[in-house]
Amino acid sequence: MTEILVIDQLRKGFGGVQALDGVDFHINKGEIVSVIGPNGAGKTSFFNTITGYFQPDSGSIIFNGLNIGGHHPHEITELGIARTFQNVRLFPNMTVLENVMVAQHSRTSTGIFGTLLNTRGFRKEEKEIEERGKEILSFFGKRLKGYRWDQPAFVLSYANRRRLEIARAMATQPELLLLDEPTAGMNPRETAEMTELINKLRDERGLTVVVIEHEMRVVKEVSDRVVVLDHGVKIAEGDYQTVSTDPDVIEAYLGRPAGAANE
Amino acid sequence: MTTDRTIAPAPRTQRSRFDVDWSRVARQGALAGLLLAFIAAIGMVTILDSRTIIDPWLSLGYLSLLWVPVLFGFSAAHEPTPDGGPQPLKGERDLVAGLATGALAGLYFTFFIVVIDRFDLTDIFSNLLPRLVVLLTFGRPMMEAAAIWIIGFALLGLVGGAAQVASLTARRALSWAVTSVIIVAMLEAVITDLSQGLHVEFITDFMYAKTGGLTTASAVLLAAVGAAAGYQSSGKTIAERRQERMSLPKEILFRRNAIAAGVTVLLVIFVPMVVGSLTNELFANVGLFVLMGLGLNIVVGSAGLLDLGYVAFFAVGAYTTAVLTSPLSPYWMPTLELNFLSWEGWIIVGVVLIMAGISGILVGTPVIRLRGDYLAIVTLGFGEIVRILFLSDWLAPYFGGAQGITNIPGASLGPVEINGTNSQAIFYLIAVFVAIAIYVAWRLQRSRTGRAWSALREDEDVAEAMGINTTAVKLTAFVTGAILASFAGMIFAVKVGSVFPASFKLLVSIIILVVVIVGGMGSIPGVIVGAIVLIGVLGGPTQPGLLQEFGQFKLLIYGALLVIMMLKRPEGLWPSMRRQRELHQDEMSQDAWLTANPGALDDGDDA
Repeated sequence: MTEILVIDQLRKGFGGVQALDGVDFHINKGEIVSVIGPNGAGKTSFFNTITGYFQPDSGSIIFNGLNIGGHHPHEITELGIARTFQNVRLFPNMTVLENVMVAQHSRTSTGIFGTLLNTRGFRKEEKEIEERGKEILSFFGKRLKGYRWDQPAFVLSYANRRRLEIARAMATQPELLLLDEPTAGMNPRETAEMTELINKLRDERGLTVVVIEHEMRVVKEVSDRVVVLDHGVKIAEGDYQTVSTDPDVIEAYLGRPAGAANE
Repeated sequence: MTTDRTIAPAPRTQRSRFDVDWSRVARQGALAGLLLAFIAAIGMVTILDSRTIIDPWLSLGYLSLLWVPVLFGFSAAHEPTPDGGPQPLKGERDLVAGLATGALAGLYFTFFIVVIDRFDLTDIFSNLLPRLVVLLTFGRPMMEAAAIWIIGFALLGLVGGAAQVASLTARRALSWAVTSVIIVAMLEAVITDLSQGLHVEFITDFMYAKTGGLTTASAVLLAAVGAAAGYQSSGKTIAERRQERMSLPKEILFRRNAIAAGVTVLLVIFVPMVVGSLTNELFANVGLFVLMGLGLNIVVGSAGLLDLGYVAFFAVGAYTTAVLTSPLSPYWMPTLELNFLSWEGWIIVGVVLIMAGISGILVGTPVIRLRGDYLAIVTLGFGEIVRILFLSDWLAPYFGGAQGITNIPGASLGPVEINGTNSQAIFYLIAVFVAIAIYVAWRLQRSRTGRAWSALREDEDVAEAMGINTTAVKLTAFVTGAILASFAGMIFAVKVGSVFPASFKLLVSIIILVVVIVGGMGSIPGVIVGAIVLIGVLGGPTQPGLLQEFGQFKLLIYGALLVIMMLKRPEGLWPSMRRQRELHQDEMSQDAWLTANPGALDDGDDA
């Protein structure tokens, strides 16, 4: 088991609020780890700090043996971490296919001159980009295929937008995928499908996945391990059973010790 | 309006012909009167009177007044439909509303004429000359003139009101007739020039009067032809046609585009041969702005970086050329010759390119972290800084300060001289560079770089998260735009023969931006159409357009046009698909929802 990401004593504060207060975290290659916690627990700040949107105040983020704290987001993407956003953020006026094509930017290299001279390398690369994009979209079955390719992203349904966002993250060819609430706003059937999909991401694509999720059924289905954050502190860690019965976790969610499990 | 409307249930069928929204009529009439007075007071009538539209009785000056009552009559007769309510029945009341509005506008306007006749207001409005009164009273007694204006405007208002009632076909026939007469009259110079080049002067001899303007007979003929064409036309809007075109099979679409492109190229090659130097000069000016517009289009349209200091790069190109080639350049002595057949010429082109690249990076680097409005303001500042540097005493030993650099020799292609006096050659030179610019813009649109620009425009943060180095991509856009502008600057220096800081004012940046916006942001044909309409017809910052008389009012019309465009057609005259989508997202997503193939509707519910 090789650790792909190791985070040590990560701190990030905004004025008086300590969003991340010394978080330790690690994930092994091929693992699916869920990060849960009440609203405002610092889950999204955690993602933002890993992907370079926020500079950590202290602590280290080691990805594949390299400290990536303080790198630019695009450098981190290039190193192999991709993410989705809590509120879906596609390129709405680009087509579905273009959304997936543009995400391969850091994996391709043709510059302006190659483009202008229409070199063989450029044409080959363009073709590859397009084919890889279509291949990635076909991962979602028929939902993002065929006539969808040329549709602008904004005409997609909500669930399809979420799917396209995952496809776009996959197109950056990452090793580690960070999914920020992938099932938010989905109906039960779509949620079940997404659960299956997250498992497929690991099993078929060999990705390591960190999921922020509120839907406990999804957490239960997908996670090898669950990490619970509250007020920027990791309060529990372990498999779903352990965590869901942990008194600290229950208190964090419900505010007082209670007999019944919260889900 | 159309026949199917009569089927709709209309509870208010029994309406008197005087059941008019009188307060609306009063408002529209007053507005029309105010607008008429404004147009007269700024001197449009007096100045544009020198341009005849139909000899001998209609000049552009009068025309600048006559459209007002028609439009306001049309608008006053329009009855807003309450949401979901029944369509108001069209009928005689619309005619009455139009008529009343026109008469009211005439009344107010007469009042204005009386005022300027009685009182000398030239201290406040310097254009209220006695000549205006003569023009507005037709040299007749005031009472007669008043009657003419009131009755005439009432009739024009009636036409506007009638347009509400008339069928679409009739409306189209009328508007086509009027438009074709006005366009042909305005294109007089170019058409005459063209017919002389083709040795078919007899056509224009018939069409145009000796003193300018269409003859009455030819105007009637043109109106008839226009009306017939309008009557025959399918009446689809440009957007509908576009939609139709998009649904054509790719091969047919490609063939059509290829034919259109081929015809355009042939026209660009052969038309300048037959027209005279004045028309070529006009073409050259348009071409220069197309070149700059294409560059700015990459920065603003593709990458979404609102650059208001774009003229700086134009200036850099012009000054670089001037310093290298002019014998009077104060610093650099071994003057080079811009000969495209010798290595010297290509050195100049290379140096211009490098200087543009450097200045693109210099301006780009500090502003790269800024977004939106901040970027616009800082680039605006940089544009002015560059001009002031060229103007400064500090750099005067290199760039000549306010005196600029004069005596810039022309370019040449072997034995062919390309300079300001040979506007045909200049036009071909520009056309070559425009062709290069079109190729560059077109290729980059569908490439890795182009996609990165679009992503940057849509969402910078996400673009960064998708592995796009936004700093590098923004700089690429800045530098590409800068290089195209500097080539325009190089040609400008050659064409004019001298460069002064005064040629590179903020206004130039703004006008290039307006060309891009009016044409359609992000659209290559849009920029060309925008430049033809604005620079060709109205004229550039210093260059006269087809309507030279508009010179004084150029900025007024630019502004008015910009406002109208933003309200009515924000995507521009020839929009890019992407921009059209962006501005009509709601409608399009609804359409997609409604027209989606039911079998293809696999969004979750039928999994």
